[in-house]
Amino acid sequence: MRGPGRIGRGLLTDPDRPIAFRFDGRRMRGLAGDTLASALLANGRRLIGRSFKYHRPRGIVTAGPEEPCALVDVIGAAGREPNCLATMLALEEGLTAESQNRWPSLALDALALNGALSRFLPAGFYYKTFMAPEWGWERLYEPLIRRAAGLGRLEPQVSAHAAPAETVHDHADVLIVGAGAAGLAAACRLGASGLAVILAEQDVTLGGGALLDPRWSPWRERARGLLARLPNLRSLPHTTVLDAYSQGVFAALEKLSSQEARRFGGLRERLRIVRVERVLLATGAIERLIAFPRNDVPGVMLAGAALGYLRRYGVAVGRRPVFFLNSDEGYEAAFALHEAGVPCAGVIDARASSLAADRARTLGIEVETGAVVQTVHGRAAVRAVTVVDRDGRRRRLEADCLLVSGGYSPATSLASQAGAALHWDPAIAAFTPDLPVTVGRVAGAARGVFGLAAAARDGEREAAAILEDLGHGAALAQSASSATVAATALAGLEPPEDRAATGIDAIWEVKGRGPAFVDLQNDVTAADVRLAHREGYEHVEHMKRYTTHGMGTDQGRIGGLVGSAILAQARGVPLAEVGQSKPRPYTQPVPLAALAGGEVREHYRPKRRLPLHACHEAAGASFVATGLWLRPLVYSRENGWEAVLKEARAVRESVGITDVSSLGKIDVQGADAARFLDFIYANRFSTLPVGRARYGIMLREDGMLFDDGTTSRLGLQHFLVTTTTANAGAVLEHLEFHRQSVCAGLDVRLTDVSDQWAQLAVAGPRSRELIGSIVSELDLSNGAFPFMAAAPARIAGIAGRVFRISFSGELAYELAVPASEARKAWSALLEAGRPFGLVPYGLDALNTLRIEKGHVTGAELNGNTTADDLGFGRMLKSEGEFIGRALARRPGLAAPDRLQLVGLHPLDRTRRLRNGAHLVAAEAPESSLGYVTSSSPSVTREGWVGLALLAGGRSRIGQQLLLTSPIHGERLEVQITSPVSFDPENHRVRA
Amino acid sequence: MLRIPCPWCGERDEIEFRYRGDASCRRPADGAALEDFISYAYERVNPFGWHCEWWLHIGGCGQLLKIVRHTMTHEIRFVGAPGDEPPPGGESP
Repeated sequence: MRGPGRIGRGLLTDPDRPIAFRFDGRRMRGLAGDTLASALLANGRRLIGRSFKYHRPRGIVTAGPEEPCALVDVIGAAGREPNCLATMLALEEGLTAESQNRWPSLALDALALNGALSRFLPAGFYYKTFMAPEWGWERLYEPLIRRAAGLGRLEPQVSAHAAPAETVHDHADVLIVGAGAAGLAAACRLGASGLAVILAEQDVTLGGGALLDPRWSPWRERARGLLARLPNLRSLPHTTVLDAYSQGVFAALEKLSSQEARRFGGLRERLRIVRVERVLLATGAIERLIAFPRNDVPGVMLAGAALGYLRRYGVAVGRRPVFFLNSDEGYEAAFALHEAGVPCAGVIDARASSLAADRARTLGIEVETGAVVQTVHGRAAVRAVTVVDRDGRRRRLEADCLLVSGGYSPATSLASQAGAALHWDPAIAAFTPDLPVTVGRVAGAARGVFGLAAAARDGEREAAAILEDLGHGAALAQSASSATVAATALAGLEPPEDRAATGIDAIWEVKGRGPAFVDLQNDVTAADVRLAHREGYEHVEHMKRYTTHGMGTDQGRIGGLVGSAILAQARGVPLAEVGQSKPRPYTQPVPLAALAGGEVREHYRPKRRLPLHACHEAAGASFVATGLWLRPLVYSRENGWEAVLKEARAVRESVGITDVSSLGKIDVQGADAARFLDFIYANRFSTLPVGRARYGIMLREDGMLFDDGTTSRLGLQHFLVTTTTANAGAVLEHLEFHRQSVCAGLDVRLTDVSDQWAQLAVAGPRSRELIGSIVSELDLSNGAFPFMAAAPARIAGIAGRVFRISFSGELAYELAVPASEARKAWSALLEAGRPFGLVPYGLDALNTLRIEKGHVTGAELNGNTTADDLGFGRMLKSEGEFIGRALARRPGLAAPDRLQLVGLHPLDRTRRLRNGAHLVAAEAPESSLGYVTSSSPSVTREGWVGLALLAGGRSRIGQQLLLTSPIHGERLEVQITSPVSFDPENHRVRA
Repeated sequence: MLRIPCPWCGERDEIEFRYRGDASCRRPADGAALEDFISYAYERVNPFGWHCEWWLHIGGCGQLLKIVRHTMTHEIRFVGAPGDEPPPGGESP
């Protein structure tokens, strides 16, 4: 046994495996199986932290995930992790934890002064007080308040924590949440039916409340043994179901133990996305607080928690406990501690009489009925309590801890998120959930059925109801074989009956001097709730936001209903009418790293590699991510424009090759293919002859430009549409949507062939000579294969297609081959190009070439531009319907002062341009006339050229304006020109 | 997250689909008045309750589905092909 609190053998702890750990620098020892909380209590440690707002001393209050106070920092190799729940943190060798929110030390906290001032720091105090001067909040008050308040401190440790998490997808027929008596009984029933079942339990082991009553051990072990033998049932201990989504989708967080973490390469958490037909919520109930003065002194705990520490870890939370109860359930801890030899200082039962009180008296426990605890004495630990009896007589009772139970409320967070309505149940003085049966059912204490035997029966009943709901009820009756497995396993072992109990007598608050807390984590008192009401925050959700009651990491679970009750009293209405504030997802705090899973850093999104990626790498390319694609930026590892201009110059002077495979390619076939494209595109394709390509623009229905590209007619009923890289997916969806809805009557089929074809652009005055040596079965002469021709051909012996289209402004061809043959074509082209000085060029060079040619890309097709803005106004068909026709003709979209595409260059040829810099008139430099969309050093001229969108731009060609970039502190004079500054007559592309 | 029962592929996650808006809006006839197109492009009711909508199963079979979904509970009452007419109904589930 370790430490003064360890008085017996716990269900989970191993007395032969001591574990050393540190808390606030002090060495301590616990046992394998302990949580940090149980080990601290075993060591007699009471003071665990300081509270959020008043810096009051706080200790451990609960034994589970609803813990409001025992939040600690855990210091590991990866850094400091704040806000870890000591009640859920498995003790490990060498664990180092520190208390939070104290300075300079836990025992002596300088800011505890806030506590003394607490009557001057009520809810809403900050909003009302720190108002003037106007700048004061942001610069002075908020930083100061934030330093004083708050919980743990977050350290940037992305690199250390980000990797070890993963996402797993689970599918089953039924998800059972909670493995207490109800959950286990339901699991046996559903598991035996043969359905696929997942049983999720947030605890490290299955059993729930059945772990705390030794009479239940045989039943519990039999149930666990049965479940372990069912191949169709998976038990997931240490897994918290976080949230319920529509259509049976649930999120669950599985925490891995350190042994598992070692096995899985450091993995700490696993996010499970669970998809099921039905859910069975057996989430149990949460014991609640009573608001009485100084109910936050370390040593004031929930009675059920004391029972848990004793049974699970063999730890007595005190040597001389006093109890403050209002239900028979609360007595269990008193009976257990009494039996374990811990003398009880007394039980204060608020009810006039009860069966449990009678039983306690026969055991020799002193019980005072009809009395309440008025206040607690002691600063950092309970020393005594003041009891007031029915006649108002006060007496002092010496004790070292006060174990409170205000009754149990069903744990309804998940049920509420799954769509359950809550109903007031006066028998248990709590709200119970009513879940739509299409979602699932609720069983056991989670719907107010208290008592282990009653819960087990309810679990089995609700499980059977789910089988009926799923239409398996009849089938199950026939397949007796599997059903009897459950029956024999559990029927031979009748669970112990629940003792008869006297009902609860709800008591929410004992009024008196001193703060009576309803939310221990956020330091919200009963007086704060009443203040909120006085100031007009009558709705429970408004009260929550005004006081911050329930807004902590614990969502105020143990005191939520208490706050509602006090509000109800203040309003003078029944509690049922006030309700409780809606719980928020997630049911438990989740590390962001667990939500990110594997999608971090380079795995943040998928990468798409071109079919020729390895060839580009071998050619020395640096890559740039455009959308998901990795595309060659420049074939050089050096920064700067020189390498780019060298590539671009080769295209202008001789010949270059670039990979355009990332363009979207959609194969359009059918008798009505041409009609369909006439509807999709603003310009006409039905007139396009077979063997020719045409540049096309698509509009959205609202008349704005959507996408552009060339479309080739490969046969009378066969077209190939190309899209921009960025819009490849969106254009396919746009086409499919219209094909199947508006154009449903047309005979046309679409096939996405983007990944099937690799496409290489060969550009430059010598491109015809070059490809002539490897293209066969096609006459490439200018007469036979002019600009905008398209035809099938053999390319290095590969059956492919040749298009005479040009983005660079040079004589150019695009060669398409099946993606699987791309390497062969690439090698053949490089080989054939050697005598011509063929140079591969990247995206930067491509951009440089198209900017001086005035071609647009996504920077100009930005969703805000119209066809007319970019100079395509005359492409819109005057006859026939097409998408966007009507709305493109709205007068505002053709207004002469709209931003229109122009070219520009600096007057001072040594100055550079910047994308995003604004064009202004010298006489009105504060109002923007437009901005630069694309810019680059020119290939053929000295200095930079750019494209810009300029108000009334076409009428300003020839003018000089100022270009300003205030964030760079730059301002220069620019000449506005036509967008096409290179070969405006198109001599070169037609050569 | 929605789970959408595609008539061609079976039940699939929402992530495989692309929402394409209100399926009760019909594109005006060719050459219709500007006002009709403005209504078609911009004007939408935002019902609390049943909503007939387009979902394109672009990550699966590529088929366009007409779905009647409840905007509060996400219950899906009807899934069909673009030409199908959902059965009448409209009470909150």
